[in-house]
Amino acid sequence: MNLVIFLIIPLMTVVLLLLARNAMQVRALAIAGAAVQAVCTVILYFSYRNIMQGQEPGLLYFEQSFPFYPSWNISFHIGVDGISIAMMLLTSWVVLAGVLISRNITDRVKEYHVMLLLLSLGAYGFFMSVDLLIQFFFLELAVIPKYLLIAIWGSGKKTYSANKLALLLMGGSALILVGLLMMYYSIEPHTFNWKEIAGISLPISLQMVCFPLLFLGFGIFSAIFPFHTWVPDGHSSAPTAGSMFLAGISMKLGGFGCLKVASFLFPDAAVTYAPWVVGLSAIAIIYGAFVTLMQKDLKYINAYSSISHCGFVLLGIGMITHGAISGAVLQMISHGLMTALFFAIIGMVYARTHTREIAKMGGLMRTMPFVSTMLFIVGFCSLGLPGLSGFVAEMSVFVGSWERPGLFYRTATVLACMSIVVTAVYILRAVGKVVMGPLPDAYAQTSDAAGYEKFVSVWLLLAILLIGIFPGWLVELIEPAVSFIQLRFQAQ
Amino acid sequence: MPSLLNIILIPLLPLLSFVWLGLSGRRQNHPMAGWLATAFMLVSLLLSIQTAFAYFSGAGMAGDSYRPMLVWDLEWLPFTATAEGLAIHTGILLDPISVMMLIVVTSISCMVHLFSLGYMKGEQRFGMYYAYLGLFTFSMLGLVLSSNIFQMYMFWELVGVSSFLLIGFYYQKPAAVAAAKKAFIVTRFADLGFLLGILVLSYYGGSMDFNQLIQSLTSPESNELQEAQRDSFMGLSALSWGLSLVFIGGASKSALFPLHIWLPDAMEGPTPVSALIHAATMVVAGVYLVARLFPVYALSAPDILQMIGWTGAISALIAALIACTQTDIKRVLAYSTMSQIGFMVLALGVSGYADGNNLGFTASMFHLSTHAVFKALLFLCAGAVIHYVHSNEMDQMGGLRKQMPITHISFLLACLAISGFPFLAGFFSKEEILLAAYTNYKPIFWIAIFTSALTAFYMFRLYFRIFWHKPYHAAHHDDHHGEGTWTMKWPLLILALGTVFAGYIPFSRFVSATGKPFHTSLHIEFSIAPVGLALLGIAAAYYLYGRQSARPEQMQKSLGFLYTSLKSKLFIDELYLFITRNIIFGILGKWAAWIDKHIVDGLMNGLADLIQWIAQKIRRVQSGRVQDYALYFLIAILGLLLCAKWFNQF
Repeated sequence: MNLVIFLIIPLMTVVLLLLARNAMQVRALAIAGAAVQAVCTVILYFSYRNIMQGQEPGLLYFEQSFPFYPSWNISFHIGVDGISIAMMLLTSWVVLAGVLISRNITDRVKEYHVMLLLLSLGAYGFFMSVDLLIQFFFLELAVIPKYLLIAIWGSGKKTYSANKLALLLMGGSALILVGLLMMYYSIEPHTFNWKEIAGISLPISLQMVCFPLLFLGFGIFSAIFPFHTWVPDGHSSAPTAGSMFLAGISMKLGGFGCLKVASFLFPDAAVTYAPWVVGLSAIAIIYGAFVTLMQKDLKYINAYSSISHCGFVLLGIGMITHGAISGAVLQMISHGLMTALFFAIIGMVYARTHTREIAKMGGLMRTMPFVSTMLFIVGFCSLGLPGLSGFVAEMSVFVGSWERPGLFYRTATVLACMSIVVTAVYILRAVGKVVMGPLPDAYAQTSDAAGYEKFVSVWLLLAILLIGIFPGWLVELIEPAVSFIQLRFQAQ
Repeated sequence: MPSLLNIILIPLLPLLSFVWLGLSGRRQNHPMAGWLATAFMLVSLLLSIQTAFAYFSGAGMAGDSYRPMLVWDLEWLPFTATAEGLAIHTGILLDPISVMMLIVVTSISCMVHLFSLGYMKGEQRFGMYYAYLGLFTFSMLGLVLSSNIFQMYMFWELVGVSSFLLIGFYYQKPAAVAAAKKAFIVTRFADLGFLLGILVLSYYGGSMDFNQLIQSLTSPESNELQEAQRDSFMGLSALSWGLSLVFIGGASKSALFPLHIWLPDAMEGPTPVSALIHAATMVVAGVYLVARLFPVYALSAPDILQMIGWTGAISALIAALIACTQTDIKRVLAYSTMSQIGFMVLALGVSGYADGNNLGFTASMFHLSTHAVFKALLFLCAGAVIHYVHSNEMDQMGGLRKQMPITHISFLLACLAISGFPFLAGFFSKEEILLAAYTNYKPIFWIAIFTSALTAFYMFRLYFRIFWHKPYHAAHHDDHHGEGTWTMKWPLLILALGTVFAGYIPFSRFVSATGKPFHTSLHIEFSIAPVGLALLGIAAAYYLYGRQSARPEQMQKSLGFLYTSLKSKLFIDELYLFITRNIIFGILGKWAAWIDKHIVDGLMNGLADLIQWIAQKIRRVQSGRVQDYALYFLIAILGLLLCAKWFNQF
């Protein structure tokens, strides 16, 4: 399969969108584009499976390289492994849901959809890039539309949130760029090629400097403590599709970078810095959960819980055992689907009640059974109910983390496990209040989900169930890539 | 042996009923929905009976004892790259206790399905109710059949959720919502212990599979066991930690003191649900869990097993004391359930593993089965009474024996059975428990026999208050619908039959700790004391509550503080409320939120402000006036010259 197609489809859609004449055409085009993306990622998954059959696993598949800036040894080099394919599946799934749910946007429809598709372009490019400078370019491409989505179509204190998000993420990018350049100039011959760098063993002194820069830089994207403050404000100010993309896709860029760039390329430093990573992520998990406990706004609850849940990703990476890394990847996928669904449902509730304050709502089960049931299911997914994707991911992280002996690591694991109780408290508190109890008179006339909203919910829920009930296919997909990463740590 | 398909269908049929009814939208409220679910359940029951018959009649025999049979095993979620590493398998394990539980769960569930047809008729979410029942039964059967400890944890969580959904079935009632949340969160808190216990045990045992885990943690020469006993943390060995943590999970599901607080509140759910989940099946999951890992407890950590025995005894005693003071009939039954589960747990605690010394294990499982029958019957009777009176409070009842003859007789039989009246179901199982305690550990025996007398007292207090005490005055309803439909009466009669005859099952022929059948005989001379005490309890109940009098009030007054503290359930709820409200929310949550807002976010904002402030200052430099620039130019030149001079010195 030719990977360039994943860049061409969003680009083509953007170009066609610019030519579209009215909102109807814009929506139809965007949906068609997103649907084609989803079909292509599914085809990619199956062709990868075909290739893998009975083969010794390789580092990268479907590789292509075009010269880009030969004198600096930069090439447009793309290729995928199991983890990238999983992330691309996630991206296409969330993109289609996000585009579909954007029906209620009436202001500057065309520009809005262009932003959404540019963001997806950035995400695909990021997951596929082998050349780190190209990857950096795509990372930036994914930040700018976010700024505009919040600043133009957002709500509440949107300017503040947009600025905060953009500045913090740009700060992260700056750290990444410095780290990359430092690495580039220390290697002879100079190169940004991920595959080539993986083949040489870098001096420990270089690793010790580059790893923190890159890990922290990517970590900011994934809400590493204490640089997580852009998450709640950014998520809650963004329009529904914006929040879905932000939590579902953008935060995963960070986790992916931490794992496949920072930890993979600098394994010695990753082992040395592991206590820091584990400590910070354990704090993020339990601290994020406690902060969530005190939130009064549905979107803030989901945003803060994202900090806690993304902590599992970094915890898994820091524990560097096979189960934990596999769990980290599973958690990225699971969290992406789950928060996307959560934000979509919150959007549906908000569109009908015109409030996101939990205290003002109640008993919605009576008038909106579909939306309420979905809110329940997604809540249960968040608190890790078996049969839904969250359980598979969290348990892999827990079991994998426990394999790492030592009082410090064990304490971190126990703290992380404790979050499942706190999560249950805040989820039941919020969902129980919104869905159950007496129905305030103000909402006696609200209507249940419309057809397209039902489709979006079921579309995302199907993926959650598919992972939750049959995790085998996903574990099998990412297993070779996870083993490669883990082998690098073992070699140390 | 019945085919694999038959066994798999036992849990899958209720699941199918859940999916079907759950997805059928508005049509689900048709009465046929209930019949459909009941029919599915009936088939499931028949298949279980077939399986049990096949297992006990020979398929499960190996030599002279029953062996565990792994009839299905599938890797579900691997945690390592290698095939031998830790992994969650989904499997079906048949052994005497799982087959026994199959029968218990499917038969009680079937009765409850049938009873609910009448009880829940005309409910707004009738179909959803049956869907939830299906989900629960599926999860419970999955839990029972688990071959892997992590698989059990998964179904453990699922029964928790179905319990949540069913307690909160009347979701518009704030009390029901609060009770549902409380049940879920309290058990979830203890499940944290279960999870950590699994992590510890599987880390040392090298497997999550029950059979392998038991094997590696019980054979004295295995490296795994030695390592688990050598590593210690805060004075306890890793093995003890793992086993205690796992037991914490079990203790809260089984409502053992002090993790029982969710059970009385859970009575907010529909009464048939209480019969199924909170009396007969889900609440014994903790007992089942300990029984499942019993060889490990008994052989490798007898000290932990003794602690478990004490937990059971204390829990049985406290619950029985509280039950004497409650006035809500369902709450009395809830505390009685808690007390009887305490009996099952203490029986495990006083049991040994070796042949000849493991009566406690068999007695515990026996009591679990007979208790399921008569407690489900008690709850269903209570349901019929509540259906009739439209209240849970004893004060609204009295003298109902004439209006509800079938309910009355069934209830009386169940009360006699639970009190250990000779030749009813409870008699046989309870005598075995007491005998096991008497032979193995006297202190627990004394608690148990005292509790047993209390049981007779509070159960007959309940019985007299409902059916005698005072003539019944229909307070507000003249539209009396009699005792209920035949679908409500038949389950009562069937369970009443079970209450009379279940004790005659030669239980030790089927279930024992080692799998080797043995013979138990009745010890008449031993039974005199418990039966006499039970009769004394009944007499006391009759004296106080047989007819209306001032005696109970005088009693209450003379007991003073003891009575009030028991009546308010020993203030344990208040303690929990204090901890959650003041510590979890008031300190941890509040501080975390404050730190996030003012320190973490404040630093970010402060940094931004600082940069802006500096920028403001620097901006003034770019004033646009030529004189200023000339001055800067001059200063810069001078500065550079000075630098050059300074460098030249070296």
